[in-house]
Amino acid sequence: MTETEDQILRLKGKRASGGLVVGPAHLLGDIIVRDQAPAGTSDDEVAKLRSAIAAASEALETLAATSGDMGGEILGFQIALLEDDALIEPAIIEIEAGTSAVKGWRDALDEQIADYAASDDDYFRARAEDLTDLRDRVLAILTGADFGDGSMPDGAVVVGRELTPSRFLTVDWHRAGGLALAGGSPSSHVAMLARARGLAMAVGLGDGISALHAGEPVVLDADAGQVVSGLGRDALEQMHRDVAARARQAEEAKRLLPLPATTPSGQRVITTVNVDDPGVLSEIPVAHCDGIGLTRTEFLFHDRANLPGEDEQAAVYRRLLDWADGRPVTIRTLDAGGDKPIPGLTLDGEGNPFLGLRGLRLSLARTDVFEVQLRALARASAHGNLKIMFPMVTAPWELDRARELTEAALAAVAKDGAPVGKPAIGMMVEVPAAAIEIDRFDADFFSIGSNDLIQYVTASSRDSAEVSNLYDPLNPAVLRLITRIADHGLKTGREVNVCGDMAAEAATLTALLDCGVRSVSMGYAALAQAKATIADYVTEP
Amino acid sequence: MSVQPTEQEAIERSVLLTHEVGLHARPSVKLTKLAKRYTAVIAIKPDGREDWTDAKSIVKVMALKAKQGVTLHFKAEGSDAESALDAMVGLVERNFDDDGD
Repeated sequence: MTETEDQILRLKGKRASGGLVVGPAHLLGDIIVRDQAPAGTSDDEVAKLRSAIAAASEALETLAATSGDMGGEILGFQIALLEDDALIEPAIIEIEAGTSAVKGWRDALDEQIADYAASDDDYFRARAEDLTDLRDRVLAILTGADFGDGSMPDGAVVVGRELTPSRFLTVDWHRAGGLALAGGSPSSHVAMLARARGLAMAVGLGDGISALHAGEPVVLDADAGQVVSGLGRDALEQMHRDVAARARQAEEAKRLLPLPATTPSGQRVITTVNVDDPGVLSEIPVAHCDGIGLTRTEFLFHDRANLPGEDEQAAVYRRLLDWADGRPVTIRTLDAGGDKPIPGLTLDGEGNPFLGLRGLRLSLARTDVFEVQLRALARASAHGNLKIMFPMVTAPWELDRARELTEAALAAVAKDGAPVGKPAIGMMVEVPAAAIEIDRFDADFFSIGSNDLIQYVTASSRDSAEVSNLYDPLNPAVLRLITRIADHGLKTGREVNVCGDMAAEAATLTALLDCGVRSVSMGYAALAQAKATIADYVTEP
Repeated sequence: MSVQPTEQEAIERSVLLTHEVGLHARPSVKLTKLAKRYTAVIAIKPDGREDWTDAKSIVKVMALKAKQGVTLHFKAEGSDAESALDAMVGLVERNFDDDGD
């Protein structure tokens, strides 16, 4: 031990996508361009701008081709903007009047960015980001600055304040080790993109991040949501060994992906994936899982001006069922509220939103919105093995009411002449009142939302660093409840699944197996490790 | 760039915008891309606006900020004006093909 504790900088934030990485810090700065006098005639400057725009278009086309559904759409919009003379004309006029290509372009784009940023519509405001990315991408080409990863060392921990999705897509993440952001949120688009790639990412690390130097070795422990720098040589070498051991383990675990998950004693464990955004499905081989255990339909409601309609929802649900190819697909109805507000739907200014109008409570209060979702689910139900699940069920009558509404939607769609299936109706178990009296709930299946269950049982907020030592998945009260629910499922022939973070970590997954749980659902990135944990599981004596 | 087709020869059609998010990024990309396939001059105008807007410019179409429930008017002039209008109205009626896979 040669270092002293005060050389060590520890930045605490939140996990956005798990992983442990050691690598040189690569600072992703803002593109700052000083005004410059025009280098040539105005014709030269116009030509310079046009060729920079062409180069930017070409780079975007290449990125779009390899970015999957979600990424391709973001980039497709930017490409269309760049191809539009209306975007470029104001810059050309200014340049012809004697300014440089750099200043002309920046002024023209800044004006448009300000226009979008001032919009009273969330969706249009968000487009300011796309224009900012375009501005900076072209400026970087004009000035030779580094927009993406030009100078990034291999295995780098990319460090920045915030990152827009399109800027995220410019980085070659196969070369990078991970991403650490001062701001950001685990529910952002960028976090989703990182999880889909299995890229380690921590957010909310705070202003302390500016103390990191380019090239200095840092440890990104995304599982714990933290970044550590200033470690001595011995400690760093140990970290490198840990990371290498983990990588070997992960590589080995991948061999299990195409196989059904089975314990050494031959017990089959159902392993399904969680879906935040259907865009990730293109990257998941369906044969690696037993279907979809949780679809968070909130993604349909985010970043938009209006609520999604029946046609749009039905098409998305249909797409999930088509992808699953006969395997079960569990779709959870809207779980808004709590930490997931939706403008125009959830209540503003609730004193304690986690105990307020959220999940099924909100759906039953807003049956106009709920019925649209149920009709869309009914329309999709004929096209595969659909299971419908309600979040935050507290009292049996809520489940009964939701079942009635679902049956009414199925009957109405059938009456319109469309084919319907017979979807199973289940509930999330996350409220202690439901967990304790589980036999009073007439659901076809149960799914334990461990994140919320832990927070409600331990009365410890899941996003508070101060009480994180009490927010304990292995608290005996939590495990006892899970055991009771698993027993009830076994006795009554109902499936009991766990779809929270407990299923995604080796230690807590082992505890779930001890509780008798034989069905788990998680993000695809955690699936290989989970199958390895199950394959090594030895039953408690 | 003139986007004002002459009144005598231009033809017009109208259609209700039913897409949930209105003329946002993705629908606007589709609309302007489709418009560019025709040689006709094509202009668009949501109900309540005075001026016609070039339907081939994504920047200008987005700037209309047209929302669900508004009627869109299209005007086209040129040898393929008829089929251009069929295509534009069809795209809006089909909800910008967002429902299919």
